[in-house]
Amino acid sequence: MLSAQARTPGFDRALLLVVPAALFMLLLFIYPFVYGLVLSFEPKEGGWLANYHKFFTTGNLWPTIGTTLKLALPATLINVFVALPIAYKMRVKSRWQRWMTTLLVVPITLGTVLIAEGMLTYFGPRGWLAQFLQLTHLYGGAIRLTHNYWGVLISLVISGFPFAFLLILSYITGIDPVLARAASTLGADPKAQFRHIYLPLLGPGLAMCFCLAFVQAFSVFPSAVLLGAPAGPTRVISIAAYEAAFEQYDYSLASAIAMIMGAVQLVIVAFVLSLRGWFYKGPVTGGKG
Amino acid sequence: MKHDFNELRLDRVTRRFAGAGGHAFNALNDLTLTVRRGEFIALLGPSGCGKSTALNCIAGLMPLSSGTIRLDDTRIDTLPPERRGFGMVFQNYALFPHMSVGKNIGFGLRMRGMAQSDAAPRVAHALRLVQLTGQEHKLPGQLSGGQQQRVAIARAIVIEPPLILMDEPLSNLDAKLRLETRSEIRRIHRELGRATIYVTHDQDEALSLADRIVVMKDGVVQQIGTPEEVYAQPANIHVARFMGYRNVIELAVTGERDGHVTLEASDMKLTGVRKLPLDGKRAAVAIRPEEITIATEPAATNVIGGRVDNVEYGGRDSLVEVVTATGTRLHVRAGGKVSTGANVFVHVPPERVLVYPSEMQ
Repeated sequence: MLSAQARTPGFDRALLLVVPAALFMLLLFIYPFVYGLVLSFEPKEGGWLANYHKFFTTGNLWPTIGTTLKLALPATLINVFVALPIAYKMRVKSRWQRWMTTLLVVPITLGTVLIAEGMLTYFGPRGWLAQFLQLTHLYGGAIRLTHNYWGVLISLVISGFPFAFLLILSYITGIDPVLARAASTLGADPKAQFRHIYLPLLGPGLAMCFCLAFVQAFSVFPSAVLLGAPAGPTRVISIAAYEAAFEQYDYSLASAIAMIMGAVQLVIVAFVLSLRGWFYKGPVTGGKG
Repeated sequence: MKHDFNELRLDRVTRRFAGAGGHAFNALNDLTLTVRRGEFIALLGPSGCGKSTALNCIAGLMPLSSGTIRLDDTRIDTLPPERRGFGMVFQNYALFPHMSVGKNIGFGLRMRGMAQSDAAPRVAHALRLVQLTGQEHKLPGQLSGGQQQRVAIARAIVIEPPLILMDEPLSNLDAKLRLETRSEIRRIHRELGRATIYVTHDQDEALSLADRIVVMKDGVVQQIGTPEEVYAQPANIHVARFMGYRNVIELAVTGERDGHVTLEASDMKLTGVRKLPLDGKRAAVAIRPEEITIATEPAATNVIGGRVDNVEYGGRDSLVEVVTATGTRLHVRAGGKVSTGANVFVHVPPERVLVYPSEMQ
């Protein structure tokens, strides 16, 4: 019975396994999204676009887009482009690889709050770093790395770097090392091997990694509050949404802000993914395995 | 990077690997070999014999543990692969999947800083040489395995390297394509006249392609010689076994005169040619299946009686297994019709029986 069913290209019952996940998506993602979208067009007062109008005309709302981008874009760029050379160096199995990977991955297991807590102690004005620098007379001035832009940026790098690193490492180790060896016999030094072989093959992966890291950084909230200056330079868009929802109890405005946040992410992600079109997107091996 | 050379000299080239439990073992042990200009050398041996290690050492993809490699008077074993300028063809092709066939072939020229306008005719010539003209805009993934390997060959030869290295380039191809590509490699070698070192585990490939064959086992060279020498005069029992002497039988030595040895077991009596000094009362004889003929009656010397145990039909002839009274199994290539279970006599001329020291001692 079963084999007869398998031979005919009809309905495959294994597809039913998708149902729980689809339901889950529907209940926890699509429904809230649509609900939020509809809610954002039902402002407390004014026409159906009043919330969006308010966002883009209020002095402490629309600049949050820029504030967030100013944090998320550099953090993402740092994460991706610092992780890339390190992952490239570590593509070959070595004694250190496991230790380095473990060390670099630890922050991913810590929550943002724990990182913030640690950073406050370490980078604070009376923290270990400041004490160490003063003790060794390397730098006597005031250290301001918390409760401002830099604090949030550092925390985004600490929490986002392992993620980017692991993703890129897995892309790089997926590239057959025999390609680089072939390139070397054709006269490509290590720099040329990276430029002509690894980089083009990594392109799509890097774009994907950038998108994921960016989305993660763009929705920064805890560290912006704990390590930043949530009233000023690190008043990110999620803080604006939080305030609208839980301080002004304007769920409709909060929904509109959330929608704008999603739209900004979508624009950046769509742009970066469109760059992938420049790259080769097939399998990354050089022939039969 | 030179354009051609007179001699590539490998002197006691050794490569050690850390094995299990911290014991280092020599994957390649004291390989000494001189490759002359234009020569086609085959490194032949079973997997794990060190032939690919040797090739990687020559290419610079693997550092030597000791020994030297010299190209004429220049020591090259300390140079990185990109500065040796040898063309290499890999077993799994190793084509750059994101570059077109033309870009793949032109890569080496581009790395040498050659202008596009100078490179284009050379790429076109290489494409013609491997009979792939018109395919230059395709990606490697759009080609068949045989075509991909030909692109890999074109990519290696377009830089006009003094030495071409090939690491089992045919082992991923099917039987028919393997024969075709083999002839093509031979033709290209004749046309370019570049020295080539070719790694293979297939003795037919080595015999048909090479000017000289280096037979290796366990990282040690067993014999270096022309195909004729290696085929007809194996230096030892390992080489014999690898060159198609499928029948290796241990026998007691009963007499020895003028290089001819008589040997005996309870069910056979053979006379053979001594290939190495014998030490002791036992020796091993090596006989090719195609040197044995099936006779109907016990006529002259070197006749063994047995029963046909298995027949594998092979077209022109059959591979017949004959089992003697004590259970010794002989592989025979027989032209006529032989049926399983028949009692037969097999005959082998004494000069086709090669006698080596026993492996047991």
